[in-house]
Amino acid sequence: MNAPLRSAGAAIEIRKASKRYGAFVALNDIDLSIRPGEFMTLLGPSGSGKTTTLNLIAGFTDISSGTLEIGGKSVTGLPSHKRNIGVVFQHYALFPHMTVGKNVAYPLTLRGINGDDREKRVKRALDMVKMADFAHRYPNELSGGQQQRVALARALVFDPPLLLMDEPLGALDKKLREWLQLEIKRIHRELGTTFVYVTHDQEEALVLSDRIAVFNGGRIEQIGTGRELYDNPATLFVGRFIGESTVLRGAVEVSGDKTVMTIADEKVVAHGRLAGGARPVILLRPERVALKRPGAEPVSGENRLSGTVAEAIYLGSGSKYEVRLKDSTIAIVRSPLGAADFAIGDAVDVAFMPADLTLLPDDASADVTLT
Amino acid sequence: MTATPDQGLPTGLAGAGQPAFLSRFRLRGAVWLAVPAVLVLLVALAYPLAIVVLRSFTDPAPGLDNYVWFFQSAVNRAVLQRTFVVAAWVTVVSLICAYPYAYAMTIVGKNLRLALILCVLVPFWLSGVVRTLAWVILLQDSGVINSFLRGVGLPPVKLIRTLPGVVIGMTQVLLPFMILPIYTVMKGIDTRLLQAARSLGAKPWRAFVQIYMPLSLPGVYAGCIIVFILSLGFYITPALLGGPRSILLSSLVQNQVLSLLNWGRGGAMGVVLLVATFVLLAIAAPLMRQKHSATRREA
Repeated sequence: MNAPLRSAGAAIEIRKASKRYGAFVALNDIDLSIRPGEFMTLLGPSGSGKTTTLNLIAGFTDISSGTLEIGGKSVTGLPSHKRNIGVVFQHYALFPHMTVGKNVAYPLTLRGINGDDREKRVKRALDMVKMADFAHRYPNELSGGQQQRVALARALVFDPPLLLMDEPLGALDKKLREWLQLEIKRIHRELGTTFVYVTHDQEEALVLSDRIAVFNGGRIEQIGTGRELYDNPATLFVGRFIGESTVLRGAVEVSGDKTVMTIADEKVVAHGRLAGGARPVILLRPERVALKRPGAEPVSGENRLSGTVAEAIYLGSGSKYEVRLKDSTIAIVRSPLGAADFAIGDAVDVAFMPADLTLLPDDASADVTLT
Repeated sequence: MTATPDQGLPTGLAGAGQPAFLSRFRLRGAVWLAVPAVLVLLVALAYPLAIVVLRSFTDPAPGLDNYVWFFQSAVNRAVLQRTFVVAAWVTVVSLICAYPYAYAMTIVGKNLRLALILCVLVPFWLSGVVRTLAWVILLQDSGVINSFLRGVGLPPVKLIRTLPGVVIGMTQVLLPFMILPIYTVMKGIDTRLLQAARSLGAKPWRAFVQIYMPLSLPGVYAGCIIVFILSLGFYITPALLGGPRSILLSSLVQNQVLSLLNWGRGGAMGVVLLVATFVLLAIAAPLMRQKHSATRREA
């Protein structure tokens, strides 16, 4: 009876799912497969459809069209209380009139689990989140982080095969958030439950997830591991949303399997070409770019753009520069420790190899404010 | 108000911005704001009340004569008991009507909510006598209700000059005092808690009973106490709708003081009612003391 909390995670299969509120399309024809036991993060800016997707899985709203299967069974029309899914909310949603212990016991009572068995499970769940000493407290006597840990225990105490979390750390300060991220990761590893996690914080997504689905404007732009999204973004939006980046735009000529972009009067060569007729842009990652003094010996095949240092920030582990290029684009450059130092106003060359840039179709919608 | 210099400062500095003497001064100054209300209460409540209490022990002769008279009379005891029974009925009927009404007010759209609030407030704008006379028209033997019953072939019911008639009339007058406190508390309940309860496996009705209703209790207690206490002292409605067998304590007091000019006995009745009310409040108080705050909204 005292086996550790452990459940076989449920798979989720969403096909051609849309959600409309009158004329507003919150979710536009998405496909999403989540594997059993996977930690999947739905990442995107607010209004991108990630929370709508979570609400569809939880059963808080109905799908307008398409199919949704959990654990191989269609759940269309199944109300949330019959889905057996744990949900953790950003606002904790602990019952203020019940102690911590009663809150965690509640889903067990609903399932007809009583007496010693219930006590044992409550204790185990509270132990898991390190809140066993607080069983007799009321929620308003706890800090935000403590409340969220209780909410996590309550959502897991009935061994659901699936746990949904909607920006659970959004209301907490940075230090606490980072610590709880590691706790959530540990609990996921221990349980084997499928976790679906909604956040707008790309760093949090990278820390936690097996895979990330990037949402934008009611669609999924790309699904992949953090590394895949960072190294090979499928769209400009994904490239800009995950990590830091510089976007270069200019007149483009395609010759053979080379794409050449002219920025002010300088040329940048990229390998390959874009399929289709979209206008290409170049995405650069700050750590794939080096700063060199003008006139320094060029490496063969290297691209160089001249500019002026507009901002220089010493970060301890290295330096970060913002360089104003000739066309006034700001290029972000991260230099490792030990690289040459530059001061604001210095004339520099931004240097990078063709293999280190990413060619993407231009997309005006990617220019949303990104934080 | 004067500027609050600590606003917008980092937390470490907040609170250090105000010298202690300033806040002490403000506290002392604030006391003066209560002076007009305290004066009115002293002149219009405390003084007459003191006179009433004093007279109940001294008029016509010093001693407990008036209280002995009150409790020795079977009629008086019956009226006292009836007053409490009627107050309890009015409270229960009001609660049954008010709870769903207040809940409806929290879930409907903006326009309908406005209409519902107006329905609650309109009675406040009408004089109690007018409303009670309207009830006389409705309830009397040849009134609207009995005409209707006769019209559909049912036997008439006696409503006017009966306790049910009194309870109906009083409930209508006092209903707003039940609806408003309940609505105020319900408005503050985070309905996302119901969503959370459903995600944990609770059927909608169970989530309502186990999560929503306990959180609405502070409003229910407040409404019940207000309505009950107001019912105990109700005068016009029971006097007009009631009959000789449904006299309440207030009519008895009126009879002693205004008809028989017996201030001592009237005062003694008032004191009995007052003491009984306090005893009741003392019993109800622990119920209302709750460890958590139901109206707290998170995030």
